[in-house]
Amino acid sequence: MDFRDSPDEAEFRSELRSWLAAELPPDWGEREPHVGRWDFEAARRWTRNLFDAGYAGLTWPTEYGGRGLSPTYQGIYLEETARIDAPDHIGVIGLGMAGPTIIAHGTPEQKETHLRGILSGETIFCQGFSEPGSGSDLASVRTRSEREGDEFVVNGQKVWSSYAHVADYCILLTRSEAGSQKHRGLTYLLVDMHSEGVEVRPLRQITGDPEFNEVFLTDVRVPVSNVVGEVGGGWGVAMTTLLHERGTLGFALTARLDALFRRLVSTAQKTGAASDPLVRDRIADLYVDLQGLRFTNYRSLTALMKTGVPGPEGSVAKLHWSEANQRLTSLARELLGADGQLDGEGAFWNGYWQYQQLRSRGNTIEAGTSEILRNIVAERVLGLPRSR
Amino acid sequence: MDFAFSEEQEMLRAAAREWLADRYPADRVATLADGDEGWDPGVWKELTELGWLDPELDLLEQAVLAEEAGYALLPAPWFSSVALAGAAVGGPPSRPATLAWADDAARTLREAANTVSCRADDDVDGWRLTGVKRAVPDVGAAAIAVVAAREHDRVTLFRVDLADHPEVVHPLSTVDRTRRLGELRLDGTPAERLDLDAGVALRTVRRRALALLACEAAGLTQRALDLAVEHAKTRTQFERPIGSYQGVSHRLANVYTALALARSLAYRAAWCVAEDDPAQDEAVASAAVAAARAAVGGCENAIQSMGGIGFTWDHPLHRYYKRAQWIASFDGSPSRHRAELADLVLG
Ligand SMILES: Cc1cc2nc3c(=O)[nH]c(=O)nc-3n(C[C@H](O)[C@H](O)[C@H](O)COP(=O)(O)OP(=O)(O)OC[C@H]3O[C@@H](n4cnc5c(N)ncnc54)[C@H](O)[C@@H]3O)c2cc1C
Repeated sequence: MDFRDSPDEAEFRSELRSWLAAELPPDWGEREPHVGRWDFEAARRWTRNLFDAGYAGLTWPTEYGGRGLSPTYQGIYLEETARIDAPDHIGVIGLGMAGPTIIAHGTPEQKETHLRGILSGETIFCQGFSEPGSGSDLASVRTRSEREGDEFVVNGQKVWSSYAHVADYCILLTRSEAGSQKHRGLTYLLVDMHSEGVEVRPLRQITGDPEFNEVFLTDVRVPVSNVVGEVGGGWGVAMTTLLHERGTLGFALTARLDALFRRLVSTAQKTGAASDPLVRDRIADLYVDLQGLRFTNYRSLTALMKTGVPGPEGSVAKLHWSEANQRLTSLARELLGADGQLDGEGAFWNGYWQYQQLRSRGNTIEAGTSEILRNIVAERVLGLPRSR
Repeated sequence: MDFAFSEEQEMLRAAAREWLADRYPADRVATLADGDEGWDPGVWKELTELGWLDPELDLLEQAVLAEEAGYALLPAPWFSSVALAGAAVGGPPSRPATLAWADDAARTLREAANTVSCRADDDVDGWRLTGVKRAVPDVGAAAIAVVAAREHDRVTLFRVDLADHPEVVHPLSTVDRTRRLGELRLDGTPAERLDLDAGVALRTVRRRALALLACEAAGLTQRALDLAVEHAKTRTQFERPIGSYQGVSHRLANVYTALALARSLAYRAAWCVAEDDPAQDEAVASAAVAAARAAVGGCENAIQSMGGIGFTWDHPLHRYYKRAQWIASFDGSPSRHRAELADLVLG
């Protein structure tokens, strides 16, 4: 057991720090936070920057533009970028889910076609799993894919697809065997979002932002070469995606939560709430949550490096993170008192906390609801009987 | 970064677990808990032979043993000897020992470093202590007590041979019957003055004791969870195992989550203290808060999941619950640790 960086890790950390300091404006880390609306073009430029400097896809194979490093380096990257509040890589879904799935199950051509573009920010991915009738019960998807020669013809509707309005490709879960039940007969496709028959309609979220969409698919033609894994074997591939969505993201989210916690502290100080013993107690309680999450992530990371498989601690990260994040943002907004109702200009930090608090309500729904994650912990970790 | 125990440490764990399971099955613990003494003194020799009292064991190895001791609810004054008396004097004692810090003037270890009401006077035959020390862990089992007493204007540590002065020992009835508390009623009792900086010694005790108790809490929470999970798999109601009801399974998933976090913080605290890391006080306070939350909450959820049986004296769960509360009330309460953390993060 040793929490210190190895000499190589320390060197990587200090190089990254200097690079960030050089790339970002001098007062970047200290500036007031801004309301989290997305500037697509700026995010794309930043991503290219990251890629050129070798900081995108640290754990990905070198032949596709990655650096083939161990997950600790990704952990250091996330800590350091969160510390200074650096912008995110644009490819949330490509980098976190589609890429790792293609690395695990994709053909050499698929790797060649997609991985580098994901890292450089040229190719944006979205995820078409959920449907109006299939949310938590993902295995009930109905979007059909019917084979015609070298193509699949896809018909159906997806919903809540984040970034579909800007995406070039979609990881799409479809039913390729008519009449098949549950997780049998599913096929996982890479769908070009610019294909004929793909229609994207933005949906407005609780924050007012259109971040996710409805996607209608009408006779969309997808080459058979875009099947990931086996035809009919889509469920297993989708599980890889979900494992990454819930597992690997845990570290990123916790690192960002740390930065949010520092803002909570600063808000408590600015509003005078920092001297209220009840507020102090709640902040300390949150602090323990955050530390618990951070070191549990370290433990999972070590297990991952030693055994090659994520330990069961990893499955709790998303579950606990989402609820801690909600407690944190709710407390921050509460500290603003009546001003917490103000929004935009004239509000504390231009309504930063108001936005964060509303956005955080999605955290216990997206990437598997807390109820579904508790089912997973109960059934797969504790070995309890299924709930149905 | 490497957050795992070494192979040797894992071997130590396996050996400790095996020995504890063999030596202290639940019914044996029950018998001892309900008995007069609360432990079997014969085990001291065994613990010594097994190496539990080796001065070479570092804090991480003691952490492994503490977690396993928590899992089995080891009823023996090992914690008091190693983490209290041993940490104060700089190494484990050869006979069962304890530390007496609290009295009318001091409740916590931190307060005891500054002021205590128990008085030390020197006369021609040496030092003599007078006063009542409260809430002394395992005092009924201890042969030696390290006592914080006031020598003129400062606090100093003294060693009292309880085997020679059994009349000063007053065991009290304690909720946790596997680790009891008692009083030392000292009345001009002869003592040996220890040549130590009491402030440093008590600070060391506090860190080591809280880190080890956090590990013990992880072990006992794991046991409570195991008991509840086993029950939830086998007990059927409405023709289904109760563990298939989310009212039960989600409760237990929450216990697992709290335990995962508490365990990480407990190990981290042990490492930070072992390394004299600058973050050690924060690490210890965080671990103590998370440990109390996981252990007390974990046992409460386990009791609820067991239904009526969980509320009986015959079922072992209540002993784990009582130990969890012992841990949560050691040297203050979780809210005191949170106040300390608030000072660190909010100034
Ligand atoms: C911000 C955001 C972004 C998203 N982005 C994407 C995306 O990019 N791509 C994509 O495919 N999807 C996306 N989703 C969809 C998300 O995965 C689903 O919303 C989620 O899986 C829940 O499904 P549902 O909305 O149909 O709710 P339902 O499944 O209908 O659930 C409703 C309620 O019932 C509970 N429930 C359901 N089943 C059970 C059960 N077995 N036991 C106990 N409780 C149960 C749920 O926990 C929930 O509280 C996104 C969602 C959000 C909020």
